[in-house]
Order: sequence, then structure tokens, then C-alpha cells
Amino acid sequence: MEVKIKSMKHEDFKDNEYIDKLVEELNASGANVAVGNLNKLINWGISNSLWPLCFGTSCCAIEFMSLGAARYDMARFGFEVARNSPRQADYIMVQGTIVHRMAPAMRRLYEQLAEPKYVIACGGCAVSGGPFKNSYCVVPGVDKILPVDVYIPGCPPRPEAFFYGLMQLQRKIKVQKFFGGVNRKEKREEFFAAHPEERGQLS
Amino acid sequence: MSDIKEIISGICPEATFVEGGEQLQVIVPDAKWHDLALQLRDDRRLNFDVLTAVVGMDWKDSLGVIYYLTSTSNNWDMIQVKVTAPDMKDPYIHTVSDIWKVANFQEREVYDFFGIRFINHPDMRRMFLRNDWKGHPLRKDYDADPAKNPIRLDDEVNEDDTCSYVEDGNGKIKKVPGKVFNEDEYVVNFGPQHPSTHGVMRMRTSVDGETIKKVDMMSGYIHRGIEKLCEGLGYPQILHFTDRMDYMSAHQNRHCLCLCIEKALGLEVPRRAQVIRVMMDELMRISSHLLAFGCTAMDLGATTAFFYGFREREQVLDIFEKTCGARMSMNYNVIGGVIADIHPDFVKDVKALLAIMPERLKEYHKLFTGNVIARNRLEKVGHLSKEDAINYAITGPSGRGSNWSCDCRKVHPYSVYGELQFEECLETGCDSFARYMVRMREIEQSCRILEQLVDNIPEGDIRALNVPKVVKLPVGHWYQQVEASRGTFGVFIESDGTKNPYRVHFQSPCFNLIGVMDLCCQGYMIADLITIGAALDFVIPDIDR
Ligand code: SF4
Repeated sequence: MEVKIKSMKHEDFKDNEYIDKLVEELNASGANVAVGNLNKLINWGISNSLWPLCFGTSCCAIEFMSLGAARYDMARFGFEVARNSPRQADYIMVQGTIVHRMAPAMRRLYEQLAEPKYVIACGGCAVSGGPFKNSYCVVPGVDKILPVDVYIPGCPPRPEAFFYGLMQLQRKIKVQKFFGGVNRKEKREEFFAAHPEERGQLS
Repeated sequence: MSDIKEIISGICPEATFVEGGEQLQVIVPDAKWHDLALQLRDDRRLNFDVLTAVVGMDWKDSLGVIYYLTSTSNNWDMIQVKVTAPDMKDPYIHTVSDIWKVANFQEREVYDFFGIRFINHPDMRRMFLRNDWKGHPLRKDYDADPAKNPIRLDDEVNEDDTCSYVEDGNGKIKKVPGKVFNEDEYVVNFGPQHPSTHGVMRMRTSVDGETIKKVDMMSGYIHRGIEKLCEGLGYPQILHFTDRMDYMSAHQNRHCLCLCIEKALGLEVPRRAQVIRVMMDELMRISSHLLAFGCTAMDLGATTAFFYGFREREQVLDIFEKTCGARMSMNYNVIGGVIADIHPDFVKDVKALLAIMPERLKEYHKLFTGNVIARNRLEKVGHLSKEDAINYAITGPSGRGSNWSCDCRKVHPYSVYGELQFEECLETGCDSFARYMVRMREIEQSCRILEQLVDNIPEGDIRALNVPKVVKLPVGHWYQQVEASRGTFGVFIESDGTKNPYRVHFQSPCFNLIGVMDLCCQGYMIADLITIGAALDFVIPDIDR
């Protein structure tokens, strides 16, 4: 199945096998026509109005601001409603280094997001700790504390890279099943179970 | 210089002197330090009114602090004062935070990193790390085992607890616990994740109705441990960190670090590289002030101005991109020069920018500066007197908004700034609006500097030819300052002769800016908290490093 995003061609994306595999897995269980069509409708809605919770801690956040300004204008894709409250957002856009002192706040914000929720890690720092990986107080990648859906590498990523990453999230959403489980690679509970010692007292 | 020595010896006979370094170094025993400090500031002949930098040090056999002092009235002369903690196992030094207010946060940083406690300091909490952190990371014997300090997902407890250390009559030191806020104070929490704090700063604000009584700045939500990381890397490898601290002053910061290393190596930078560096610095300043303009406006709800500011900023970023290969984190300056020659379009693009800027500035003023709401929200808000600006070492546009002439390009000219014609922008308003206006006027002055240079980029090398393959600094320490977009940025390097620095300290202007937030906000409305912050224009990763 081809997942269509605006006028982007299928071969413009570099990870088609991954999405195809995901679709296959999801179709294996099957769904009736009515639910299938409802799924499509809902996913069409979600994927075209992705509201980010901007979690900008450092340099990458400034590049994200350029995305909001006139030249790159993310409103074209429905990303522009940057929310400051997790209750109103669809996904966390982690831009910048996450350090030990911030980790509890970050985890709390994630838990406050309403389902279905996603995480995008932007920039080397959020992906792996980036230039500060060896530091005593930097979290080496947000995937140590949150389940991440899309990684956008770069230091900082170019605005085009941001768009590419955001479109990847749209594709992922378009193939998900809203009814009957969300297609997260790891469900939240599984993720938390796999990171028990890091869960601390938040449970 | 010898006068200073005599005067100091007169005040404190125990002081010894080391000459031959960059500045005169005075070594004082801790017991005499506070009295001497008071005289250093108040003695008319000395008048060291600015505490420029506080550098905590671990010399392996002792712990201590190097204070850099500047005298604004004596030609901006600097001296260093070295104070060592008498007991390394249980290190204490007397505070000077009552003499230079800027030392309040600086000493907390030293406590956080080195575990040196300051006697009589009013608020001896950690600055950057969690209050349950084990160990002091910049000590040479710090145990970096992640098991000791794992990633914790529980909140910090007892955030309100603080303490101070006082000395009784027999020299015994006693810990006195205290509270940041009283039981009956109404505290509103801002941040750490709040869009208008311009990054991840946490401000706990106690209010009386809508009036601010006290602001407690909690930093460290983006403390990345850069100073410690530097100690494990070679000199060319540490350069890139400076681009990522104050990313809106990337070129200036990196320029500063390069200047410091070049000074230590005795390298002569080719003139072409110097001119290019200065042009990049000024372009960076323009882009930074445009962002500050846009964000100040946006914080007041004027989203349109943000788009206008970013329009011109994109044009500056295009110039960077063509020459440096990146829009942000440019990594352009290197030891001995710059990494690549300018793009063939550089001159043309800069001229195009200079051609439109005057018009665009008029547009900004029409759009935002003259706006009644903007004026009401900025004027007579966030008062900071000149005396306080000096005492809190508030440099940059914020200091100049309080009519303090403190431009490093004028007082310690570096690179080719000495030959250039430009005006230092001063405002007498001492309020948020004055700070805002200084920024807008500085854009004009930066354009003026660029105009003088754009047609006069000399031919020649872009990098000194005699840069050693392996950069090893001689034994010693150096301090270098430049004027970054937000104030005077300083770099301290101590070398033990190997290829890694023994200690690197970055003296960031924004760190001093947050020190003054409490003072600036008291008595104003809670809604002004954001505009005062916006007008001071701090960049958080520069504070936390
Ligand atoms: S990835 Fe690079 S640009 Fe982004 S926050 Fe980290 S250091 Fe800054």
C-alpha cells in the first residue's frame, strides 16, 4: 500500500520497506470495511493537524522557530499550532539537549499528553546526546526515558530535515489503526516495563 | 602597576604578588580576603568596581578561586586575586557577594562544581545540578560513575531549603538552615518548560496580589557540563562547544576562545582572517538582535513583528550558509584564522543586506516601537540603575540601557575593532524600553561597521601558516574577553603544558543577567516578568553551559 503525503512521491522517502512492513503486519489481523474506513478518516484528520508540544531546550529550538516563520511556513502542513500545554498537543517535539535535572519534567509532560501520542527527537542531542554524550549530566538520547517515533538527525537539522521527519510521522499515523491498538513499536506500558529502574517515583 | 602593589600591601601586608602573567596576580589568605575586597572596591585609588569573573579551581593539592577584577575608572585595568581554601578536606572561603552582588550566583556555581562553601553567603544552594547530586563534578577526583548519579525520574525534594555558613567568635563554622520562601508566601511557578522564558529557565515567583515580591531563578535545566567535557578534549576539539552555548553569539564566542588560544600560543592571525571574523561577528549581532526584536514582540503578543524580524534574519543566515555551510552552529573560526574562505557571493550579499536594512529598521519602528501597547509594556518597567548594573556586572545592551559604557570593543579593543568607526549606543532610560532601543540602534552600528569593511577585505591567507599540528599551550593561564551579542563574554584557560586544557571556564554575560532578575522584577506586575526577561534577552544554554 502506498502512503500518500501531499505531492511527495513514494520514492522520495528513504524508508519505504519499513512502512510497507508495518502495513503488512497491521493488515495481517484484518479489519472490517466500516472500521477500516473510519480508521482512514480519523488518521487523515490526525495526520494533517499535528499539533506539537514544543519542548525546545536549546539551539535546535531556534531552527524550529524558523520553521514557523514565513519562509518555511509549517502551516502548509498543519503543524503550526504549537501548543504550550501537553493537554492540547499530539506529540512532543524534543529539540535540544535533555539533562538530568530536566528528565523528570519531560517524562511528566509525556504522561500528560492525551493518546494517541508521539515523540519526535530532533537533533543530535535528543537522538543520542550529540556533542555532549559523554557529559556527566546529559541524558544520552531521549529514548532512554521516552518511546521515540521519529528521529531527526542534525546539529541542528535543517528546516527541510524537520519537514522530512514530520512527514515520516504523518506516514506512520496514516497506516495506524485508531481502533484496536495504536501501532506503536513498543506500547507505552511495555516501554515502561523495559525501563523500570528509570521510572523512579513517578509511577 | 607598582602603585597598585604598594597600595594593596599597605592594606593587607600578607598579600603576595605574582607578576609576569597577563595581569598582576594578588595572592591573599582567606582570612584577609573580605577586608581587602572591600578596600579594593572602595579605595578611591583602586576602585575595582566590577567583578569580571569568578573561576573556581582545583589545583589537585588545594582548592580555591581566582577572581578577576576590573576598574572602570582606571582605564579598565584588570587584576586577578587568588584565594585558596585553607583546608582542602573541608573547604571554606569567605564570600564577597555582599561587596559585588554578581558574586552571589557565581559563588553558588563554584560551590556546585567544587564543593567550596562560602562563609556568610546568604543562599548556599547548588546552582546547576540536582540538589541530591552526589559529588562535585569539576573536582579532579570526581567519580563520574553513572551508577552514582543515574538518570532519575523523581522530582527533587526540599526545593525550598537553603542554608548559609556563619563563623562564630572562635572561628568555628556553623551551618544555618533557611528557606527560600516563607510559609505564607504565595509562589507561582514558571517553567522550566514555558515558551516565554526563552529556554528552560525556571522562575519561582512569590506574589502579593499581582505584584512580584521575589523571583527565585532556578537554573540547570540545560546544564550540559561543557567545562568538564573540555578537560578531556584537545584545543581544536573544544571550539565547537562555544557555538552551542549562546547560539545567537556563535561567532563571537568562538572568536573569543580562538583569541585566547592564539594569545597563549603567540600566533599572529592574518589580516584577511581578522576582517572576516569581525564581519561575521557583526552579522551575528544583527541576526541576534533581530531575533531579540521578534521575540520581545511575540512575548507581548505582537506576532507580526516576529515574522518581520525573521525575514531579515533569514537573509543573514543565507550569508552564513553560503560561506560556513550551516545556518546555525557554524563552526567557522579556527585556531589561527577561519576554516574556509568567503563565498564569491559574500560581498554582494552583505551589500544587499546593508542596502535594505535602513528601510527595514524604519519599518520595525513603525510597526512595533511606536506602538502604544509596546510602549506601555516596556517603558518604566524593570528599572536597573547604573550603579546596580555595574555591581551586578550587567554588560551588553542591558548594561548600556542603564547608561553604563561597557562595550568591550571600545574598552579592550581586539582584532581590528580599534581601527573602526562606530558609536557605542547608550540609553538613559534604565528600563526595558532602553534595552530594547539599544539593540535596535546597535543594528545600525553593526551595519556601519560592515560598510567600512565590506569593500576592504584584504587579500592574503585565511589562516596563520604556523599553527602547530598538535596544539599545546605553554604552562599558565589566560583570560580573554569579547563583546558578544548579549554582553562581555570571557574565556579562561589554564594549561599544564599538555594537549588538553587543565581547566576552561566560560564567563557568560547571560549568567549575570539572571542574577539581576530578582532586583528588576520586584514591585512590578507578574505580567511584566516576561517582558523584563525578554528585554534582558538571556539565552539559557549560555547560562548553564
Ligand atoms: S543537536 Fe546540536 S543544535 Fe541541536 S540542541 Fe544539540 S547541540 Fe544544539
